[in-house]
Amino acid sequence: MATFSAPKIVSSRKDFDDSHTLSRYLETGGYVALKKALGMFPEKVAAEVDAASLLGRGGAGFPAGRKWSMLRRSPISYLVVNGDESEPATFKDHYLVERDPHQLIEGVVIAAYALQVSQAFIFLRGEFALGLERVQQAVNDAYAHGALGSKIFGSDFSLDIVVHPGAGAYICGEETALIEALEGKRGFPRIKPPFFPAVTGLYGEPTVVNNVETMSNLPWIVNNGGAAFAALGEGRSTGTRLFALAGRVKNPGVYEVEMVKNTFRDLIYDPQFGGGLIDDKKIKAFIPGGVSAPWFGPDLLDLPLGQDEVAEKGSMLGSGSVVVLDEDSCVVRATWRITKFFSRESCGQCTPCREGSGWIERAMYRIEHGGGRLEDLDLLLDLCDNISPGLLWPPQQTTICVLGPSIPSSVNSAISMFRNEFIAHIEHGGCPHD
Amino acid sequence: MSHFQNDLRKRAEDLVALYPVKRSAMLPLLHLAQEQDGYLSEEGITEVAELVGTSEAEVRGTAAFYDMFHLEPVGKYVVGICTNIACLLAGGEELLEHATKKLGCAVGGTSSDGLFTLEETECLADCDIAPVVQVNHRYVRTTTPDAFDAMIEEVRDGKRESEIPSHGTLIRVRRSSGLQAPREEIAAQRATAQAAREARAAKEQK
Repeated sequence: MATFSAPKIVSSRKDFDDSHTLSRYLETGGYVALKKALGMFPEKVAAEVDAASLLGRGGAGFPAGRKWSMLRRSPISYLVVNGDESEPATFKDHYLVERDPHQLIEGVVIAAYALQVSQAFIFLRGEFALGLERVQQAVNDAYAHGALGSKIFGSDFSLDIVVHPGAGAYICGEETALIEALEGKRGFPRIKPPFFPAVTGLYGEPTVVNNVETMSNLPWIVNNGGAAFAALGEGRSTGTRLFALAGRVKNPGVYEVEMVKNTFRDLIYDPQFGGGLIDDKKIKAFIPGGVSAPWFGPDLLDLPLGQDEVAEKGSMLGSGSVVVLDEDSCVVRATWRITKFFSRESCGQCTPCREGSGWIERAMYRIEHGGGRLEDLDLLLDLCDNISPGLLWPPQQTTICVLGPSIPSSVNSAISMFRNEFIAHIEHGGCPHD
Repeated sequence: MSHFQNDLRKRAEDLVALYPVKRSAMLPLLHLAQEQDGYLSEEGITEVAELVGTSEAEVRGTAAFYDMFHLEPVGKYVVGICTNIACLLAGGEELLEHATKKLGCAVGGTSSDGLFTLEETECLADCDIAPVVQVNHRYVRTTTPDAFDAMIEEVRDGKRESEIPSHGTLIRVRRSSGLQAPREEIAAQRATAQAAREARAAKEQK
């Protein structure tokens, strides 16, 4: 049974057409949290975020408070906001930057104050032309309002935010690649260790990188307290989360849902959310957390929307995107398209990913378009095994970043769940759906 | 003699000044170079190299990594159609196929009148209105062939110019001048914050 009583933490202005303007933001409680935060010790603000147990909303789900506390002992130079949302079928940050840019900025100023950082960068993917304009306008308005710049709201705290456009590269969502792009270089992920930009980040200095949605939660947490946030959800998955629902559902969109208290079935079928599948078709499979995540079958529809709950079943909530495939969707075509994506977006540094992604894509292409061979199935799994040995979850890694081990997810899922469909393609000499 | 015309040179210099390290302005400057020429011309690359203090080869090598930068001339309007997972399930491939006929060019090609360049894109993060179509990175939200054709005609007739500027123009909102918190103030603040932090930590330990 779906629970709708939870407050809207990050999407409270969804119904306003002018939700991106300063006037609407101020009318709806905007910048109150920032004033409150500025009256607290920075450590106290950070402690509230710790108490909220806010998990990062970018994909990895690392606790934001812990990310910060690794740094609190030494001065942090930069705060970088990751708005390079490019995981296929993820569009929640798109909503937040376009529709509620002031909420993002308020969150950034609060985080910067907690960390005592004076320079922040908001990195947005270049394809967000309107989002870039809205956030830049909001930054201008926030400066004029005194919520940004020198001596914010009369306090001793000053902060500058630079809105930085990306230029089209999925890999820049990986935080070290994003930092490279911000340094004006190719978006090549950096070799680990150090595992966190906290140690060596932008210009080699300690840097915190947080996702847009993570930042957007902060005004509510400061206003209501970390404990109130932690009271929502269950276990490690606290608060609410934005889910981007896409694919063969009646009402695709961005929905704010209390974590764990609702299931995938609620999200996909409840009239307040997805409203069921188009033409009331049967569900064949769904991808629970972006195309880097292994797939689930209808048997797992009643799984709660929680980080650990999904991880226990061998996948991840990841970027918060849920893609629904119906009974008529061709899983081979879907898998081929996902592998084509990884093949195009592999940065090319590591051999298993660079060569493997292209090889897998070519094998998937020939199965989908005729010319597939039965031995291709073993070949595909072997290639996947070379990128991520053992095909385990969480995946083993032979590459600098996690793009490589993301490639096998869909291939392995599709072959193990729908082997017959692959065989049908091979025997039919192409896609039976054409 | 600057290749950047009108206020572009001034905007470029302002961009460089925003960052602690000049090279960080690379991507924003490359967007500016595209704003001027519609693509990255040799002259544009030379000017960016001079502005960030690196070689032209470095600039070209960086630009080539990113999908949004074009090293060859493109149409006034770059039409991007997504065929990734959500759009695939909504008929993205079919819409792309339709677009090749409507525009009379292959994917990656430009229409004979030089107005439109067609691209197959990766996910554009607007998956609830799929298949997603962008023109010069503006969402046009035409999910059917008929709506797509009508949109193309409007663009061709110049009816969408206020909404969709020529290719290369990305951010039309200018950062207001004089907003930057002064660097000295930031440095002083860091020092004070660190001292205060240490004092409180010492007090806690007692």
